[in-house]
Amino acid sequence: MTNTITLAQGNGGEENNELISNVFYRAFENEILAKSEDAAVIESGKLAMSTDSFTVSPLFFNGGDIGKLAVCGTCNDLAMMGAKPKYLTCSVIMEEGFELNQLKSIVESMKSELAKNGAVVVSGDTKVVQKGSVDKIFINTTGIGEVLQEGISSNNISEDDLILVSRDIGAHGAAIFAAREGIELETELQSDCESLFSTVEALITNGIQITAMRDATRGGLAAVLNEWAKQSDVCIEVEEEKIPVNQYVQGICEMLGFEAIALANEGTFVLAVKEKDTQTALDVLRKFHPNAQIIAKVTQEKPKKVILHSSWGTKRFLETPTGELLPRIC
Amino acid sequence: MGLELKNLYNDFRDAKTIKAYAKLIAQDAKKLPRPINIMEVCGGHTHTIMKYGILQLLPPNIKFIHGPGCPVCVMPKERVDHAYALAMQKDVILVTLGDMIKVPGSNGSLQDARAKGADVRFVYSPMECLKISKENPTKRIIFFAIGFETTTPMTAALLEQVIKQDIHNILVHINHVTVPEPMRVLLSDDECNIDAFLGPSHVSVISGSKIYEEFPKKWGKPVVVSGFEPVDVMESISMVVKQFVESRCELEVQYKRAVTYDGNLNAQKLIAKYFEKAPHFRFRGLGDIPEGGLKLKKEYDKYNAEVIYDAILPKEEIDDHKLCKCGEILKGKATPPECSIFGTACKPNTPIGSCMVSSEGACAAYYKYGNLL
Repeated sequence: MTNTITLAQGNGGEENNELISNVFYRAFENEILAKSEDAAVIESGKLAMSTDSFTVSPLFFNGGDIGKLAVCGTCNDLAMMGAKPKYLTCSVIMEEGFELNQLKSIVESMKSELAKNGAVVVSGDTKVVQKGSVDKIFINTTGIGEVLQEGISSNNISEDDLILVSRDIGAHGAAIFAAREGIELETELQSDCESLFSTVEALITNGIQITAMRDATRGGLAAVLNEWAKQSDVCIEVEEEKIPVNQYVQGICEMLGFEAIALANEGTFVLAVKEKDTQTALDVLRKFHPNAQIIAKVTQEKPKKVILHSSWGTKRFLETPTGELLPRIC
Repeated sequence: MGLELKNLYNDFRDAKTIKAYAKLIAQDAKKLPRPINIMEVCGGHTHTIMKYGILQLLPPNIKFIHGPGCPVCVMPKERVDHAYALAMQKDVILVTLGDMIKVPGSNGSLQDARAKGADVRFVYSPMECLKISKENPTKRIIFFAIGFETTTPMTAALLEQVIKQDIHNILVHINHVTVPEPMRVLLSDDECNIDAFLGPSHVSVISGSKIYEEFPKKWGKPVVVSGFEPVDVMESISMVVKQFVESRCELEVQYKRAVTYDGNLNAQKLIAKYFEKAPHFRFRGLGDIPEGGLKLKKEYDKYNAEVIYDAILPKEEIDDHKLCKCGEILKGKATPPECSIFGTACKPNTPIGSCMVSSEGACAAYYKYGNLL
């Protein structure tokens, strides 16, 4: 690790994991944290708890804004543990000079997204700092939810499971890049930013036994699959052509030299489901997004690794993304 | 229905076509009198070959040597130190292209400079410097220009605008390199194992295929100018193999959809207006290459960051770590896994040698997409 923090250490990939385990996990070590799930399951499995801070540029983008993101992010982390989001806190840090109208609009987005989850903000905090101390506005949300299905864990994936993805991947990362200064692409692409609880609820009410779920945020699908392979000590073998990627996302990847599989999502999740339940799970997922797909099987071929199979018969490892996401030069 | 982007690349990743080429190459390769080593000069090709698993589709008597053609990889440490020193100057905004930010110099990378408070930005086009300059009239914008023939016209176009619009706060630091010169140096080495080349098509879109004419004629090495999609690369390999089977030694163009013999004459004119051959350019891993790079012509000294900041720019040349085998890898004498620090001390987030530096480098590509070794 370097002596000073770099942007790469917040990428959701390898450097980020290294920082978290060497600094935070080492200091805060306890059984619940060690499970490294999307949300901590507490109170003998009855409640789930999660926190997340949101810093995004631009603040408003196709398909959402930082407020919607701040509610979706935390509620989705709860939903990924099979929990219904109930109570949230909201902490806001703004720089002086921030426009009140923008703040109102961000808070309105939060309100509407809370309603979709059936959750409420029960406590909050506001700080204003000198201009330049933060990039416009940072929001932190913490949430508590009621666990509806117990035992969901990314440490339990086995060869009886198949891996599914809930929709096409990479839309949030690509939409943010398209809106960034310097690119300003005109595109119909929208971020996938969306609350996932209703989808999860439908899976549970349809009796699907879910082994693991994770929303593929920073680090994208590549990071989730690698974390799962390591946490459950299995090999995940992916059929590359099965991974749904929408044409606008693919276009942006082609132009900038990215891979959709490493781009961030804010409303796309990965599931490990027992093989016998897979078709029902797929049917439920497709009611929400027609692009849901079975993408991988679990084997013991190379434990702790993810293998990507191409349609022309070659294979390669899919690694956890590293470094800051930068466009390739040639 | 309008043209969709996927129409432009789908056919070039078609599984049936790729498999058909694999079969054809395997059939022709049986007729080869001896194994052949093809060097893909460009890091973009290395990336394609590794990412799409092309090596797994080839018979054992066709091998690849990964070339020096990655603008970030070939940047010697002292030039990275220039970028770092410039970035740390008061009231300077250092602007460069993507991957360059990660390249380590002796004090750290531009990413580290940024963590220390320097204003370092990456852009998609040098033209963005014009906008940054307007928004920051009290700052000095220095464009740290990198790349082979492909990106050189963009730097020239930026200079053209800076002069035309009479902008006083944009400087450039030129690190543009050229493809044929390092190819010559590699072939001059007695232990060179290269039998044929894949030439990068995007370079030839600008410079034409003519820049490779000397290689079959004077050096007896076939060249196929190739596109970057897997079907392009497979077709190019097939074209190389056919030349050997038919005892031909020629310059051929696979990427006919954009490459002509002469290339883009307007771009070449623009380059010639502002740049001239530098007597030497040190390539990381390969050493000094005569006329291997370009420099800004003397009459544009007032836009040249290297001249204006001469007093603060380090001059000493710095070699790679002694255990690093990049030089041998680039000459085809070793493969990345044969280097003792590959994947251990030298990894993509802590690169030691040039080939691990950007995703186009041979070692980085092996590390990321390596075959299931």
